[in-house]
Amino acid sequence: MSNENKNNIEIVDEAGDNYKYGFVTDIKADTVPAGLNEDIIRLISHKKGEPDWLLDWRLKAFKFWQTMVEPVWAKLSYDKIDYQNLSYYSAPKQKVAPKSLAEVDKSLLDTYEKLGIPLKEQEVLSGVVAVDAVFDSVSVATTYRAKLAEQGVIFSSISEAVREHPDLVKQYLGSVVPYTDNFFACLNSAVFTDGSFVYIPKGVKCPMELSTYFRINAKNTGQFERTLIIADDDSYVSYLEGCTAPQRDENQLHAAIVEIVVLDNAEVKYSTVQNWYPGDKDGKGGVYNFVTKRAACRGVNSKVSWTQVETGSAVTWKYPSCVLQGDNSSGEFYSVAITNNRQQADTGTKMIHIGKNTTSKIISKGISAGFSNQTYRGLVKVSPNADNARNYTQCDSLLIGTTCGSHTVPYIENRNRTAILEHEATTSKISDEQLFYCRQRGIGEEEAVSLIVNGFCKEVMQHLPMEFAIEAAKLINISLEGSVG
Amino acid sequence: MATPLLEIEDLYAGVDGKEIIKGFNLTINAGEIHALMGPNGAGKSTLSNILCGKPGYHITSGRVYFKGKDLLKLSAEDRAREGLFLSMQYPVEIPGVSITSFLKHAVNAVRKYQGMPELDTMEFIKILRQEGKNLGLDADMIKRDVNVGFSGGEKKRLETLQMSILKPTLAILDEADSGLDIDALRVVAEGVNALHTKDNALLVITHYQRLLNYIVPDSVHIYADGKIVRTGGKELAMELEQKGYAEFMKEKND
Repeated sequence: MSNENKNNIEIVDEAGDNYKYGFVTDIKADTVPAGLNEDIIRLISHKKGEPDWLLDWRLKAFKFWQTMVEPVWAKLSYDKIDYQNLSYYSAPKQKVAPKSLAEVDKSLLDTYEKLGIPLKEQEVLSGVVAVDAVFDSVSVATTYRAKLAEQGVIFSSISEAVREHPDLVKQYLGSVVPYTDNFFACLNSAVFTDGSFVYIPKGVKCPMELSTYFRINAKNTGQFERTLIIADDDSYVSYLEGCTAPQRDENQLHAAIVEIVVLDNAEVKYSTVQNWYPGDKDGKGGVYNFVTKRAACRGVNSKVSWTQVETGSAVTWKYPSCVLQGDNSSGEFYSVAITNNRQQADTGTKMIHIGKNTTSKIISKGISAGFSNQTYRGLVKVSPNADNARNYTQCDSLLIGTTCGSHTVPYIENRNRTAILEHEATTSKISDEQLFYCRQRGIGEEEAVSLIVNGFCKEVMQHLPMEFAIEAAKLINISLEGSVG
Repeated sequence: MATPLLEIEDLYAGVDGKEIIKGFNLTINAGEIHALMGPNGAGKSTLSNILCGKPGYHITSGRVYFKGKDLLKLSAEDRAREGLFLSMQYPVEIPGVSITSFLKHAVNAVRKYQGMPELDTMEFIKILRQEGKNLGLDADMIKRDVNVGFSGGEKKRLETLQMSILKPTLAILDEADSGLDIDALRVVAEGVNALHTKDNALLVITHYQRLLNYIVPDSVHIYADGKIVRTGGKELAMELEQKGYAEFMKEKND
């Protein structure tokens, strides 16, 4: 969803909204000023027609946030963020959306071309047309939702869920990531705009992969996205977040939260492809991405797996985690992170073993090129009662060129002597021998690099749903263009 | 009149500022098999690397033409696309990249360069299976990653398979027999012989005469201290086997 699109939709929304709730401040809805205070939070909550408990929760979060300091432990350096200088309600901009693809930045179109994105979709992504205009959307989305509803699956925006299923939201919101968790999560709790809500009822195997791309209310997700997924007993769902195509986005700061609750014998597979604007060659511009993603495996035999391909953003701070509370529960983390030019990524996972016989697996592949810097930061923690916990961690780093950096920071805290924990780490470079071998067979240098890199990532890519994996492989190639020679 | 495929004229070249090739001359015509024999450390691999455009070497002087084109001006990949193939002494492992995927990229890069339509995966796999079968390769082998966990013999067979798929005009076999037992040697040699026609040529680099029992050369060159010190027919290899390199080195120094 592009910003322009969002703006158009917002502007339309604003026009139809007469402040029927009689809002107390004199803030004009279409010109929300920069800054963060209780009034802004009240405005957000009010505009969304939220119940009091949610507003209270937001305000508590805000109060707590004011006592917090931004974390500095990550190996990231970026200009200080002025939180009072940001707009917290998808600030409408007066900028006009491009009228046709002819007005869209050529480099963006080139990328779409390489990704093989159909023309219609290109128009949506670049902000020429709104989603609705293209997908015939009402019909696509309704068919989609009708099919899910048959099984009792709820897939909607979180705002909608607050209205339609308040009990579920109230029970689980903040139960995995409390607002006190960390600076960015706290900020999100205070100001989150929208996101997805998924509930899979007992015994239901979700009949299709759920993708944010097709979710009807994907319009207002904005920079403080919040997603809540609940997999009830004996259920299964595969959820896809993001899109391989780069999207125009002028929000510099993104601080999202994803909470997943997995109950008895349930399984959730969460796949992400993140390709936000990484900034230009010199690191100018680009998205700051501070995300808190966590799954609580509350039930016995529950299972969650995170698969992520991260190629975008100027700064990434992200540690999708698994809290393995239920006995015999398991968590998996498969990650490919690619940084080029001046990108910085500090990413990894946390596996918290609490239940007995819990297992976790971490496969992390980091590829650094250009002047980028990348850190794997992971925690494996075994609590005193987590008998027979088992973890396998493998962190591989691949360096392209001589000006990038790769760092591995694994933390292991074991309080149970029955635990078996394994950690393997490698750092390698694409060797001259490998490159020459490819070139001697007629494969050009860039193609050779992408072939070798895709081989390096194979263990992770095979965990992505098929079509997503093909797109992600193309994306990797594009991300590394110009990184050799 | 034979068509010259490769012409090397008075080549001086080396690595790390050290001159290794010192006044090398050689002409290979279509349809011919040449053997280049020399002791360890004579710079045989340096020569093949330079011909194939491996980075890191310097050319001091001299000229090399391949099919009439100035070979030294082409990139490594363009040399391959023009039909120059190097069967490597130590083929490198590429983890995670299947032989099928690797070779499909290679074949299509070459076809594209030569203005031929690219093969789709199905067409390609059919060809690959057939060629593999001709070389007596296990069908499972082509599903494996390039050279990963391969024995010496398997690596050399894979090099031969690649050669049979890419159908080069000039193939350089760098120590194609090293690490091979007699059965594997025979398979590789048969594969190479089957590919040899009147339109292509082979340059076999070896330091043993053994391989030449299977791949019979038209000319044998003895290479020492950066240049060819003697050229003869296939019987020269036998003579070398009896006398050893020292005799020929001495001859050169006289």
